[in-house]
Amino acid sequence: MITDGVKKKLREIFGKSNYLDSTEDRIAYSYDGTALLSSMPDAIVIPSSVEHISRLMKLANDAKFAVIPRGSGSGLSGGSIPSENSVVLLMSRWDKVIELDRNNLTAWVEPGAITGKFQTLVESHGLFYPPDPGSSQICTLGGNVAENAGGLRGLKYGVTKNYVLGFEVVLASGEVMRIGGKNMKDVAGYNLKDVLIGSEGTLGIFTKILLKLIPLPQTGRTLLAFYDSIAGAAETVSAITAARIMPAMLEFLDNATIRAVEDFAHLGLDKETGAILLVEVDGPRSAVEEDASAIEAICVKSGAKSVRLANDEAEGTKLKSARKSAFSALARIRPTTILEDATVPRSELATMVDFINVTAKKHDIEIGTFGHAGDGNLHPTGLTNERDHAEIARIESAFEEIFRKAVDLGGTITGEHGVGLAKKKFMESLYDTPFIKMMKKTKEMLDPNCVLNPGKIISVAPRCEGALPKSREQIEKLTSQMENPSEAYF
Amino acid sequence: MNLQDSKIKSVSNREAAKSTAPDGRFHLAISEELITQCMHCGLCLSVCPTYALTGLERSSPRGRIRLMKSVMDGTIPVTGTFEYEMNFCLDCQACQTACPAGVKYGELVEAAREYIQVNKKGFKLKRLLLKNFFMGRSGLRAVATVLRFYQKIGLEKVVIFLSRIVPIGILKRARLLPQLSDKFAIDVLPEMVEPKSAERGKVAVLTGCVMDAMFAEANLDTVDVLRENGWRVAVPHEQVCCGSVNGHAGDNETARTLAMKNIEVFENTGAQYYVVNSAGCSAFMKEYDKLLADNPEYSERAKRFSTRVKEFSEFIHETGYRKPKAKFGSTVTYHEACHLVHTQKISAQPREIVKDLAGDNYRELNEATWCCGSAGIYNVVHYDEAAKLLDRKLDNINKCGAHTVITGNPGCLAQIAAGAKNDGMDMDVIHLATALNRLYKTEK
Repeated sequence: MITDGVKKKLREIFGKSNYLDSTEDRIAYSYDGTALLSSMPDAIVIPSSVEHISRLMKLANDAKFAVIPRGSGSGLSGGSIPSENSVVLLMSRWDKVIELDRNNLTAWVEPGAITGKFQTLVESHGLFYPPDPGSSQICTLGGNVAENAGGLRGLKYGVTKNYVLGFEVVLASGEVMRIGGKNMKDVAGYNLKDVLIGSEGTLGIFTKILLKLIPLPQTGRTLLAFYDSIAGAAETVSAITAARIMPAMLEFLDNATIRAVEDFAHLGLDKETGAILLVEVDGPRSAVEEDASAIEAICVKSGAKSVRLANDEAEGTKLKSARKSAFSALARIRPTTILEDATVPRSELATMVDFINVTAKKHDIEIGTFGHAGDGNLHPTGLTNERDHAEIARIESAFEEIFRKAVDLGGTITGEHGVGLAKKKFMESLYDTPFIKMMKKTKEMLDPNCVLNPGKIISVAPRCEGALPKSREQIEKLTSQMENPSEAYF
Repeated sequence: MNLQDSKIKSVSNREAAKSTAPDGRFHLAISEELITQCMHCGLCLSVCPTYALTGLERSSPRGRIRLMKSVMDGTIPVTGTFEYEMNFCLDCQACQTACPAGVKYGELVEAAREYIQVNKKGFKLKRLLLKNFFMGRSGLRAVATVLRFYQKIGLEKVVIFLSRIVPIGILKRARLLPQLSDKFAIDVLPEMVEPKSAERGKVAVLTGCVMDAMFAEANLDTVDVLRENGWRVAVPHEQVCCGSVNGHAGDNETARTLAMKNIEVFENTGAQYYVVNSAGCSAFMKEYDKLLADNPEYSERAKRFSTRVKEFSEFIHETGYRKPKAKFGSTVTYHEACHLVHTQKISAQPREIVKDLAGDNYRELNEATWCCGSAGIYNVVHYDEAAKLLDRKLDNINKCGAHTVITGNPGCLAQIAAGAKNDGMDMDVIHLATALNRLYKTEK
């Protein structure tokens, strides 16, 4: 626990009404969107200025407590779950769009601005911010930058980092750093911007972000193709790529997901369908028409049982509903839903999906897989009940095998959710030692006291997990956590 | 722990609600299954009006569910903050529409409130008042008479003038009162009225309490529209309040008594459908089957009753209605009542009807599905918060440029009209039945 002295100082910095430490509030900030993980912070603070954040970091270094940055708390890897002896820094009220520069096609935003609202705003000006994580209605741009979030349009448009031109960031030391600008070209110095993007709140706290915008595509066309097996769908993905067509969206559902969707949304899907591909092309009208018919032909040639091409936007929306309700449909089957994001090169799509199904069967668990076929980013979704400890153990072993396989296939353990706490243990076992070493060194250098979101992504040194236990009470608490692993993650 | 296996056993399980665990703490009578269905993804935060007001997680559906879980697990007792947050919730159920996992948040928050009520020590004034007020019509009549007198002699104007000088609680709240109808529709209408075109069948209508005291015109219009479309309309004079006000305040016992009476009365009309023009009432009456599930005498009858309940717009959309020849001459928009769009998922039907009545004059309302702050008696209890939500609503209405606002619930009618009046806005806030009947009338 942080001391009363620290609490007093926090109240001085942030003001009484922006400092919370009631049990109810601590409970309310003990979780994020990640299944199974939770831990209470000692306090929550709401900053009103960059200076507040700076002073907080200095105090954290002096008094040795952890600072956990948080936006809307919709993360899926435990990135904003508090650790021992920690204070949550709530950024969600910093939600303004500061500037929309239509001459340079850029926007300055505050980190708490909601992604979906920002997209609606820029689209009303005929502009486009493509990264669209599934939680875009509530997730924050600051969180997106911290996690380097992806989404459905990754294949053609890339991910968050491709749209970050610069930012203002408070470092662990409390220093404020500005990096980047409105230049499309800028090679002055190391590319430290990309070190901070995706650092999951472990290297700095974004206070202002400069985003790149592009013109909004003129039109789009949606197509749905049905296959007997995942192999046909995978073949289509390869053939589309080989034909040098770049769809804006190339999504798939496997059989388990199709069955769930049909039971939930009654869209009239054949439950025996092995896989569904959803393709959307966008761009100038003439090009879209050409691409759509080319893709239709490729689907048929690659063994699609049937193909449906939307005639207009309304029909397109209808066709998209199967993919859109995939997660909802799976989430309703069992109380606990573990959404993962193992990713492989797109040529390995069929191999990976087959492996997931075999592994699920082997461990006697339910997994439905859907996701971004175009960029190989799969969402194997484990359906379980957190109170059934035996099943949770089986699901964990299954996912361990799945991640291992993904890495063996040249893929990664996470395509867009981040490592956080949830996938930390796979980092060190599955990645090159020099890479891990460089990460650790970077963290140690930028945050020597390990006060910024400690214990996420990698463990640095023992001191990084907070102060070592001294009193009998602290030691007992630690021992009980070790016996109850769902509460302990270090 | 005394937890139910599935579903909330509401008050019917008062014993469960009162039960204590070995540690001596109370435990919520909410099923574990309903709570664990929440995967805390946070999508509900984007549509929650109270979260928008405070920006605090504990004022969000996800935060409240976690607090309920903590009380259920015995991590925390029922605290003042817990009670405040459960009652601070509007129960608008916008979160249920947004939830990908289908969490029945409304059931959860209502069970939590009931739990707080049942376990509360001391004198329960609000509950006692509500019970006596809605049990019979006499309480309502007396209050309506006093209020009509208050408006007629001009005292209201004095009070509203005072409220601007001394904006204290009770005076400010006086601004929420809409102009009361002169008479209850139920006193004007005979028990049975003939259809005005070739007969298609028989329906019975609920005139409601708030609706009839404040918007008797909407009731008369509802009956007119039904007759116009070939329905013989029964207006059972013995009907009582639907019970929703009591139910939502945690008093299901009174709600059950009222439900049984209504089942009796409506069965006797021999009608095929029970048409209800108030969103809150229709939502509650569709759930009589759940309310009376444990009553051997009434469970089957309640089931039959619930399937016969149709919300007004849902009913005329489903059975078909004659489209008026004329269209609205001024701009029109549609505000979605929470108990229609979120609780009953009735959204496309009334919208389609309104669009049809308005033609080119239809204007889409931004955040049409956001609560206006009325929420039963919420605007009285949480005046300041409700006022902020009302401002947000009025702002959106202003931006869309509509002169007429159509909606389907007396609470919304009163709240939006009061807000417009206070802001000096020239705005007509009417029920869908009134809108439709006005156009029918132009044909005569």
